[in-house]
Amino acid sequence: MKRKSWGILFLSILLIIATGCGAGGNQGGEKGEAFSAGLVTDTGGINDESFNQSAWDGMEKAKKDLDAKIKYLESKRDEDYLPNLTRFAREKQDIIWGVGFKFNKAIPEVADQFPDHKFGIVDDNLGGKIPDNVVAVTFKEHEGSFLMGVIAGSMTKTDKVGFIGGISSPLIKKFEVGFRAGVQAVNPKAKVTVVYAESFTDVAKGRSLASNMYNDGADIIYHAAGGVGKGLFDEVKTREKGKYWAIGVDLDQSKLAPDHTLTSMVKRVDVAVFDIMKDMKENDKFPGGKQVELGLEEDAVGPAETSDKHVPDKIMKKVEDYKRQIIDEKIEVPSNEQELKKFKS
Amino acid sequence: MQLIQRKQSTFLTSLVSVLLGMLVGAVMMLVAGYDPIQAYAALLSSAFLMPYDIGETIRTISPLILTGLAVGLAYRTGLFNIGVEGQFIIGQLAATIIALKLDLPPVIHAVVAVIAGAIGGALWAFLPGLLKATRGVHEVIVTIMMNFIALYLSNVLVRNWLSAGADSTEKIPSSASLRWDSLSSLFGGARIHMGIFIALASALFMYYLLWRTTSGFELRAVGFNPDASEYAGMSVKRSLILSMMISGSFAGLAGASELLGTSGYLAIQGAHTGIGFDGIAVALLGANTPGGILLAASLFGILTYGGSNMQFVEGVPFEVVRVVFAAIILFVAANIVRWGTQKFRKKAVKEHA
Repeated sequence: MKRKSWGILFLSILLIIATGCGAGGNQGGEKGEAFSAGLVTDTGGINDESFNQSAWDGMEKAKKDLDAKIKYLESKRDEDYLPNLTRFAREKQDIIWGVGFKFNKAIPEVADQFPDHKFGIVDDNLGGKIPDNVVAVTFKEHEGSFLMGVIAGSMTKTDKVGFIGGISSPLIKKFEVGFRAGVQAVNPKAKVTVVYAESFTDVAKGRSLASNMYNDGADIIYHAAGGVGKGLFDEVKTREKGKYWAIGVDLDQSKLAPDHTLTSMVKRVDVAVFDIMKDMKENDKFPGGKQVELGLEEDAVGPAETSDKHVPDKIMKKVEDYKRQIIDEKIEVPSNEQELKKFKS
Repeated sequence: MQLIQRKQSTFLTSLVSVLLGMLVGAVMMLVAGYDPIQAYAALLSSAFLMPYDIGETIRTISPLILTGLAVGLAYRTGLFNIGVEGQFIIGQLAATIIALKLDLPPVIHAVVAVIAGAIGGALWAFLPGLLKATRGVHEVIVTIMMNFIALYLSNVLVRNWLSAGADSTEKIPSSASLRWDSLSSLFGGARIHMGIFIALASALFMYYLLWRTTSGFELRAVGFNPDASEYAGMSVKRSLILSMMISGSFAGLAGASELLGTSGYLAIQGAHTGIGFDGIAVALLGANTPGGILLAASLFGILTYGGSNMQFVEGVPFEVVRVVFAAIILFVAANIVRWGTQKFRKKAVKEHA
């Protein structure tokens, strides 16, 4: 008995020693003058078919066009944001991104701890108190969602459309309110059913919510729920073509259900992230302490390019028309419940 | 003599299981095209490379010790407390309420919040204990369900009461914080906090209670054989409820110290944190003894914190670490060492004869 277990022990110790010896080799890494950028995802992960992925697209563009050195870290829990950001800060990146409004407590803390480093946060303005070494990128999601509402309101045959939100928060509220206002504008008698999944990751819940809504008579559902939205696409795929539709969010999600995706509210996180890094590298300019807010005017939100596949030209023209009016400030799209009430009257 | 041998063999079981588990992870990495030696090196070195990392590793370990103790203590009384996750959340919630709604001087505020967390966890575990003792309802079912009640209760209270419709509460005031600046600065600003001392004290408490007091002896006796204990005049009902409540208070302490020390705010959670479930693995690997649980929690903490660095340096997905966890548990549960040694022993006996 003894001999055999000693053999196992001996082997294991060998393994440990072997691992330990490898430790010396991999420290440091090359140090060039290349622009370097790090990105920390929120709990959605890098392949979330949503804003994390979009931000990473922007980073990859920076790698190609700016020769930047890029790296990402995924966060598994909210507690991981701080150590992940710190990990990058210790390596001296030119800019470190925290993607998602959930970083609104971690970013100010690292920014304070590493005043010589530059940070960026997507989707939150930190309550207006933005440190000098931080840039906050936000989007006018309500404007883009308004156009989704215009499309949904014009195309619904049942006069019932749905909205699935992620975790209820001021950010997702902007999507919901903009969408409702858009539907209201083109089709006042249409009813918008609103539900929140209270999750950004629960695919099964997204599917059951979508199924209930479709069964209840809705024929078009718009989601702003991150990974939960995958459930919506799973559900709509099983239903009759040309009758039931889904509207995606953040990225062009039409590949998730090509025959059932009406359009997607594309949010160009990639462009925003890339533009800021480009400006930093080429002009040495960093909008520190500022909030960069992007909307229809900057082409940072709006319908996906593939929208004309299923949406008739007549309606696309109507969308263009509304877009012009919003840019010209003839229509002010509401972004919260109070503004929506004013908008209705 | 026999006792010593058995102790050695549980330790050996755990050790070999850990190594086999890491071997499984290494094979997976090889198949996926990564260099396992580099990856494990990155994992281990990153957990101890700098004071900051050591601090963060200890921070990761402390709640695992407490949830491990919670599972282990209940198991000693023959109870399988799957509800550690829920009791953890209630501990967080109780601590948050005290931290945000009461205005107390520093230190006292933190102490009251920690105690509230422990009481919250104990009360959350009291109900399944009571149902088990009086009605014979299986604690696994009740505690699993109560995990969900805890999760959604916490979410509702955060949205409607503790914050103004936002997805998380404000940060807790510094008077209630478990962070200690001089300790943090010693570890390069890491979020290490008093939770580790709470965890160590709890481990000592568990040892003292179970092996040095009469009620502890009763708890263990009920675990070995409830009928015999009843016959010997012990109150099985009382032991079951007491065991669940102490177990729950460990879980509550874990939640309270995580909240008051690490995050500092309570957010709406779409799913369970997993710290409570990891406690089951920790207790199993640690053979439900305080010392074993300390070691097992340290191992899991190092793997968890170092695992994300493995991704950073070598690009190995974090999921590999979860596979290693699962493999370790599998090997411990299957008791692979005893299986191997038993065969050998039989042979040896034959040869002697």
